[in-house]
Amino acid sequence: MIVMTFLAQIRLVTCAMMLLGIVASSPAIAQKLGPDGAPNPTASVTSERTLLQQVPRVEGRIDIPDTKAAVLIQPAGRTWDYFHEVLLHWGGAIVILGMIVVLGAAYLIMGRLRVTAGRSGQKIVRFKAFERFAHWLTAVSFVILGVTGLNITFGKILLLPIVGPDAFSDISQVAKYVHNFTSFSFVAGLVFIIAIFFKDNIPEKVDLDWIKQGGGFIKNKHAPAGRFNPGEKLVYWLSLAAGVTVSISGFLLLFPFFETNIAEMQLAQVVHAVVAVLFIALILGHIYIGTLGMEGAFEAMGTGEVDLNWAKEHHDLWVARELASEGRQGRPSATPAE
Amino acid sequence: MARMKFLCDADRCIDCNACVTACKNENEVPWGINRRRVVTINDGKPGERSVSMACMHCTDAPCAAVCPVTCIYPTEDGIVLHSKDLCIGCGYCFYACPFGAPQYPRAGNFGSRGKMDKCTYCAGGGGAEASGSAEEFEKYGSNRFGEGKLPLCAEMCSTKSLLAGDGDIIAQIYKERVLKRGYGSGAWGWMTAYHEGIEV
Repeated sequence: MIVMTFLAQIRLVTCAMMLLGIVASSPAIAQKLGPDGAPNPTASVTSERTLLQQVPRVEGRIDIPDTKAAVLIQPAGRTWDYFHEVLLHWGGAIVILGMIVVLGAAYLIMGRLRVTAGRSGQKIVRFKAFERFAHWLTAVSFVILGVTGLNITFGKILLLPIVGPDAFSDISQVAKYVHNFTSFSFVAGLVFIIAIFFKDNIPEKVDLDWIKQGGGFIKNKHAPAGRFNPGEKLVYWLSLAAGVTVSISGFLLLFPFFETNIAEMQLAQVVHAVVAVLFIALILGHIYIGTLGMEGAFEAMGTGEVDLNWAKEHHDLWVARELASEGRQGRPSATPAE
Repeated sequence: MARMKFLCDADRCIDCNACVTACKNENEVPWGINRRRVVTINDGKPGERSVSMACMHCTDAPCAAVCPVTCIYPTEDGIVLHSKDLCIGCGYCFYACPFGAPQYPRAGNFGSRGKMDKCTYCAGGGGAEASGSAEEFEKYGSNRFGEGKLPLCAEMCSTKSLLAGDGDIIAQIYKERVLKRGYGSGAWGWMTAYHEGIEV
C-alpha cells in the first residue's frame, strides 16, 4: 500500500511537471496567433526545433522512389565528422605511434631474446605448409588492408602534401578498390587460422604457471608452455575477435543500405576504424616478437622448422609431446615431417 | 562577400516537387539521383509540413572535413563545391552529411559507387573545367551562378517557399513573413547547417 501511494505520488508530480511544461511553452504558441485573430493555424504546427529535440533524425514521407531520401535531417553526421576528424586522428596516432614507442623501448631495454642454450642444430617442425599458408595469406592481406585503410584516415595529412592532389587521388582510388577486394582473402585466411589453431589455443591450467613465471621474460625462471603460450593465445583470441569485428563491420560498409541505414553505417564505420587501429597495434607487437624481439622465432613461420633448443625453451610441453609421438611412430626427431 | 544559403519556408511549401523537377532538368542530373527532394513531415496529420531539401552548403561543412582526398571545399560565397576528378567514391561525405545530399551514380556494392554528385547551388563544378564550359556542364550541370543568377529551384518556386541568396537577406524575408502571418515552423536545417536559427 505504501509503495502504491509512493508510485501515485510520483505520477502526480510527473503530471504536474508536464502541465507546467505545457503552460511554460504556451506563450510562444500564443505569440504565433494571427494578427487578425483568425483561427490559429499554428496550434499544431510541426516545428523543426521541437522535432529535433524529440528525435535523433527527422524523417518523413517522400514522393520519389528513393525512399532512403526520406531522412530529412540527421545532425549525427556532424558527430560522426567529429569522431573521424578529431577522435580518430588523435586516437589512432596515439595508439599506433605509442605501440611503436613501447616496442622500441622494449628492444632497447631487453634487447633480442636469445636462445639461452645456443642453437642445437637439430630442427623440429612447428608449422606445416598449410598452416604457414593460412598465416601468410592473412598476414599479407592484413598489411595491405592496414596500409590502404590508414591512407583513408591519415593519407590526406601525410601523403597528400608530398605527392599532390591528383596523384594522391589516383593512389587513393586504387587503394580503395584494393582494400575492398583484399578483404575477401583476409576473411579466407582468418577462417583458416581460426579453424586450424583453435584446439591449441584453448586456455589450459599450465597457462597460469606460465604467467606466474613471468612468461619467460624473467631470466632464470622457466615458463612452461604447450604448443602456444598464453601470450600467443592472447594474440590468437584478440585477433579472432578483432578480425571477425572488422570483417562484419567492413562488409556492412561494402554493401550500403543492405540491412543498414545511415546511422548504422556511421556506427559500423566507427567500430571498423576503432577496432582496426587497436588490431594494428596488436599486430605490431606480434610482428615485433616474431622477428626482431626473439631469436629463432621467425623460422617457425618462415621455413616451418625451429631449432630444438628454441622449442625446448619456449614450448617444452609441446616438444615433449611431439618427440613422444614421433618416437611412437619410430621416426628420428631431427627429420622434417614434410 | 555575401554568404549564400538556402531557406525553405515549410509553411509555404505545397509539396509540388517543381524544385525537384527544375533541378533535374536544369542540371541534367543522371538517372536515379535527386539533388533536391521534398519530404513531408507528419503526413496526413495535423501540423503536416513539407520541406524542400538539398545540400545546404553548410558552415564548417562536415563532408569537406571528412573527405579523405579533400576534394570538397567551400567557395568564397559559402557554396560547397567538389571536384569529380579527385573524388574516389568512398561514401564518407554521405555518412557525414546531415541532409543526405551526396549521392552516387551506381548501386554501390563492392565500393563501386562512382563519383559523388550533389547540389552545386547551380554554380558549376569545383574541378579544373572552365567556368560555364560544356565540359563543366557535362560533369556538374548548370553554372547559373557564374552568370549572376540564383539556383533555379528557388527561382521558380511558385509559392516562393524556397529561398536562395545572401543568407542575411533571406533570413530577413523569412522573419518578416513570420511576423506578418504570426507563425513559422522554423528555418529547417539552419541550426544543423549554419549553427544558427532565425529568431523571430
